[in-house]
Amino acid sequence: MTTTDNRQMWEELGIDLKKHDMLMNALPPIYKEIYLSQKSRPKGMGFFDFVVGDIHGIRVQELRQHAKNGTIVVATYCVFVPDEIILAAEAIPVGLCAGAQFSVPIAEEVLPRNTCALIKSSFGFKLGRICPYVQTSHLIVGETTCDGKKKMFEILSESHPVYVMEVPNKKTQLSRELWRGEVKSFKDVIEKKTGNKITADKLAKATKLVNDRRRALQRLYKARQSNPVPISGKDALLVTQVSFYDDVSRCIQQVNALCDELEKRIADGKGVFPSNAPRILISGSPMAIPNWKLHHILETAGAVVVCEESCTGTRMFSDLVPETGGTLEEQIKAIADRYIQIHCACFTPNEERLDDILRLAREYKVDGIVHYNLQFCHTYANEAVKVERALAKEGIPLLRVETDYSDEDAGQLRTRIDAFLEMIRR
Amino acid sequence: MISLGLDVGSRTIVLVAMDEGIADSVILETGVNPLRRCQELLAERSYQKLVITGYGRHLVSSALGGETVSEIRSYAVGAKYLYPDCCTVIDVGGQDCKVTLLSAEGEMLKFEMNDRCAAGSGKFLEVMSKTLEVDIGGFSDLALGASRVVHINSLCTVFAESEVVSLISRGVESSAIAMALHEAIAARITSMVRRIGARDRVVFAGGAALNKCLCRLVSEKLDIEITVPPEPQIVGALGAALIAKAGAHFQNAVIEETKPRAFK
Repeated sequence: MTTTDNRQMWEELGIDLKKHDMLMNALPPIYKEIYLSQKSRPKGMGFFDFVVGDIHGIRVQELRQHAKNGTIVVATYCVFVPDEIILAAEAIPVGLCAGAQFSVPIAEEVLPRNTCALIKSSFGFKLGRICPYVQTSHLIVGETTCDGKKKMFEILSESHPVYVMEVPNKKTQLSRELWRGEVKSFKDVIEKKTGNKITADKLAKATKLVNDRRRALQRLYKARQSNPVPISGKDALLVTQVSFYDDVSRCIQQVNALCDELEKRIADGKGVFPSNAPRILISGSPMAIPNWKLHHILETAGAVVVCEESCTGTRMFSDLVPETGGTLEEQIKAIADRYIQIHCACFTPNEERLDDILRLAREYKVDGIVHYNLQFCHTYANEAVKVERALAKEGIPLLRVETDYSDEDAGQLRTRIDAFLEMIRR
Repeated sequence: MISLGLDVGSRTIVLVAMDEGIADSVILETGVNPLRRCQELLAERSYQKLVITGYGRHLVSSALGGETVSEIRSYAVGAKYLYPDCCTVIDVGGQDCKVTLLSAEGEMLKFEMNDRCAAGSGKFLEVMSKTLEVDIGGFSDLALGASRVVHINSLCTVFAESEVVSLISRGVESSAIAMALHEAIAARITSMVRRIGARDRVVFAGGAALNKCLCRLVSEKLDIEITVPPEPQIVGALGAALIAKAGAHFQNAVIEETKPRAFK
């Protein structure tokens, strides 16, 4: 597709072309510096480079084509929203990114400044009319995983159709029942929006499809357990990020093709970092496209990120929905029960997350953990206290980082990270 | 053999030259072109090895060569050299504050560093002294002459400045305001020290350690004696020079055998 076609499409979508041009012009040099400068990248990353190279083009074009044929596009922000339900109604789920600093100042015209960057970025994309994915979507599905988002969705709903799922804050029997009800209501909402009935058969097929994507990502992460590691943390993060909005079947195919290559590399003992590079697990807040800041600083300082315990990491795909089939009711229950197992810091208590971090540290043979906290994300910031204690007990070095999308603290972060690596390398 | 340590900080550039001991040291203002400053500093010198630390370390090392080391480590090495029994290093520099805990052997066990803003840093003191129309050298004496207690609640440089303005407009004398500002920053530093669990001996270095009032308040709040080196500003460059002298490759080091893994 040509640039002219893209421009025409953006115009039709009501995009603010002037602002959008600024954003589109800013991305290529950043991507070149952060991604294309890496050495011995897997060939399979070519697809992902292509996708990012035309980030607001070809995929949006596809979605619009589907929309023109009557398909409903459902935009989401969180791994709690079950893609299975959306797909079973023959709609298309698209995970929105919200990882750019560019839209933050736009959001700050309305939202309080001391709101987390993820919330501000997502809101700014809609307010500033610079995201063609939002513009293409027929419905945004939000959730109540944090107070900031919850209230932002109320304001967002003034300019776009929004539906909010209630995620409980405890994992008691009562909460589980509430959540099952929420998933069931979500099914009704999607059926109404699409006019398509979700049948047991369709839901079983959608469940299998989403599980296949999870299996592909599990395979990718498994490859990262090797030493030397066959893929950089930055590249692996990008694959996860793209999987949120790409076509599910194509995503499965591309990730598996990449994994074939990575497994070949492992068999040949080939890696992208020397085998003595400090192996880092990042745990905490999600990193949406194009938030590659922490990975980039770590990997240019000589470390390698081998795993992300986050919603743009293991929390997205580590558990499958049992593919036992059964009635529609039984399947919805199985889906709800799988999703409530996500160890998000919005739950209290959330001890399972601590167990996960320790287990992942072992599985990925890490030398240290960086706890990543988006500034003003109070749940993760407070939970970090418990993470710190749990890791101290096990003697695993930890660096706590609190930051946002801007580059103003890059120097300070680099100093901390250099010192942390000097400490764990000693 | 001459080894050089260069600390390219946000406010000052410090050079320490070592042969058997400290041969020479120079302190300059960083200014707007730190790279040129460093080029001028190094132009006339012959040396065998150079290690660069501080905020500008990557900028300067990519242009002039030389290995880099974080200022957290260089301050630790410098403080340990000056005081072999040092176990805690407080470094308050131009734009941040760092506290590092060391083992008896001098290994870094833990460190804390303030987040992005200038709260609790030398810059905070500098901005506030300007607001009170005293030079940075006289700021400490002004505070020590305070005869009553007022409080500054905010540590944010911007908010604290408006608090200062409102205290001035209420007729509070500048000595009391100066003391309140010192108290605020000392509280910030000591909470970081407590968080890390300070152990004797505590060495206070960096430019802010030249401020006697601040040293006294930190010592009082921690209820622990604090050692301030005779030249607190050169400790980072000294550490870098020592690392250069030892010839240890701290950055991107290939030390497979000696490197401990949390999990093997």
